[in-house]
Amino acid sequence: MTARLQPASDDIIVVRDLHKYFGRIEALKGVDLNVRTGEVVVVIGPSGSGKSTMLRCLNHLEVPTHGDIWIDGKHLESRDVNINNVRAEIGMVFQLFNLFPHLTVLENIVLAQRVVRKRSKSEAEQIARDQLTRVGIPEQAEKYPGQLSGGQQQRVAIARALAMNPKIMLFDEPTSALDPEMIKEVLDVMLELAQGGMTMVCVTHEMGFARAAANRVVFMDNGQIIEQTTPDEMFNNPKHERLKMFLSKILTH
Amino acid sequence: MSIDAERNQALPPPTRRIVGRSTWDIPWWVVILIAGGISFLLLILTNQNYQETFNLLVFGRPDSAATEGALLTIRITLIAFLIATILGLIAGLARVSKNVITYNIATLYVELIRGVPLVVLMLYVAFVLLPIVIDSITGLGTSLSLPFLQQASIRNVSFETRAIIALAFGYGAYEAEIFRAGIQSIERGQMEAARSLGMNYFQAMQYVILPQAIRRVLPPLGNDFIALLKDSSLATVLAVPELTQLGRVQRSSTFRVYEVFNTVAFLYLTMTILLSLGVKALERRLGRDRPTTTSIR
Repeated sequence: MTARLQPASDDIIVVRDLHKYFGRIEALKGVDLNVRTGEVVVVIGPSGSGKSTMLRCLNHLEVPTHGDIWIDGKHLESRDVNINNVRAEIGMVFQLFNLFPHLTVLENIVLAQRVVRKRSKSEAEQIARDQLTRVGIPEQAEKYPGQLSGGQQQRVAIARALAMNPKIMLFDEPTSALDPEMIKEVLDVMLELAQGGMTMVCVTHEMGFARAAANRVVFMDNGQIIEQTTPDEMFNNPKHERLKMFLSKILTH
Repeated sequence: MSIDAERNQALPPPTRRIVGRSTWDIPWWVVILIAGGISFLLLILTNQNYQETFNLLVFGRPDSAATEGALLTIRITLIAFLIATILGLIAGLARVSKNVITYNIATLYVELIRGVPLVVLMLYVAFVLLPIVIDSITGLGTSLSLPFLQQASIRNVSFETRAIIALAFGYGAYEAEIFRAGIQSIERGQMEAARSLGMNYFQAMQYVILPQAIRRVLPPLGNDFIALLKDSSLATVLAVPELTQLGRVQRSSTFRVYEVFNTVAFLYLTMTILLSLGVKALERRLGRDRPTTTSIR
């Protein structure tokens, strides 16, 4: 056990032998993953393959049944690690945005800065406005989430996560709930973030984004990582049968 | 052509009815209610017996220094509801908590209370539970030799206080279920988003979940307030001189049976109808409020 308390490498994300059961269903069957600082990793795979579960384990929204995760050297399964402190360093963007509907856009971005980061009101608001400018919607600050389009809401969600100055950003199918014409505005923001050197793990079905932004594409199926390589290799020279089948299904249209 | 479209063509177009156009579309029950209320008010203004009964039932007996009648009903209701809301919020939070101890204590409380008729609860709290509690406080005072605790006596606890405690206890359990349902009605993603930003469970509750849940439960809480106002009449079994009890006393001392109970019913109706209008207005205000984030499902 003591040996496990040290990560196997100094990568910012280290996952070893991750297992997750939901009741009797094994959603993750031993996942190992390393992500270096500044790396953009795109996770693809059929639905039910465990990609979202794996992503949600990285900030313990799902607690692993077995296995070890180190985030920036901190062992998440250790009792002396405060998960809230780790989460504050990890931004997460959800499929359904999950903005707080009772707060304005600005208040959405300010809240955690005040409560968790203990920033002053003026500082938090300044940072919130800067982040809104960064995602291209500074004029929406005083509106409520319900008054925005899906694409705008998702960009607010990204701004809300970025305002915490996270070291890592996790994206859980961020464009899956969006109308087609809004997908691009969100992907543009993500692409800019990737080019700016943010460490990112993205579960997505956007293969165009994977080609353009990813340093590495990870293919998962049936709770395991089947193949991981560069986007070029992945899409032009897939090795595993299941990956070939998956790609043939999604790339034919 | 789809089956639905075919079916729609076969049917004649729906006749459009504009509310208020036909005589029968007027909410006649409201008209009858208002007419009845006005005639009763006229009766009070013109009839000496009714006037005396009305004044007495609203403001209490002139020879009594204590608050009585409808005013006491309002006081009992307000205090009991305030305590019940605090109790209900705490118990409701405990009901959704993952902590085994708090969850079980709260669930036991809710199930026990909900299984007992309120009038029995009233008698039980007044004559069994509170005496036991007071006795244990005195006992504790003796064993710790704290004189101020030893002076506690059940005789110093008025029946009005006992009634308020019983009502607050009972309605706290009902409200716990309202708060629990309200908290559980908030989408799971809200808690996840808050936690993923680094907030702890209590911060997420305080800033994200409860503000939304409380807005949602305001209408049912309002309904409970009305129900509590009516149930405060149960304090009559403890001889607390609220509206119902005062009516009973008045009936036996004056034999003005019709005057007394017509007025008692009229006063309760006036209070509950006014309150339910308030609840409806509140519902409308919340209803036209901001749309929520999750338009996509």
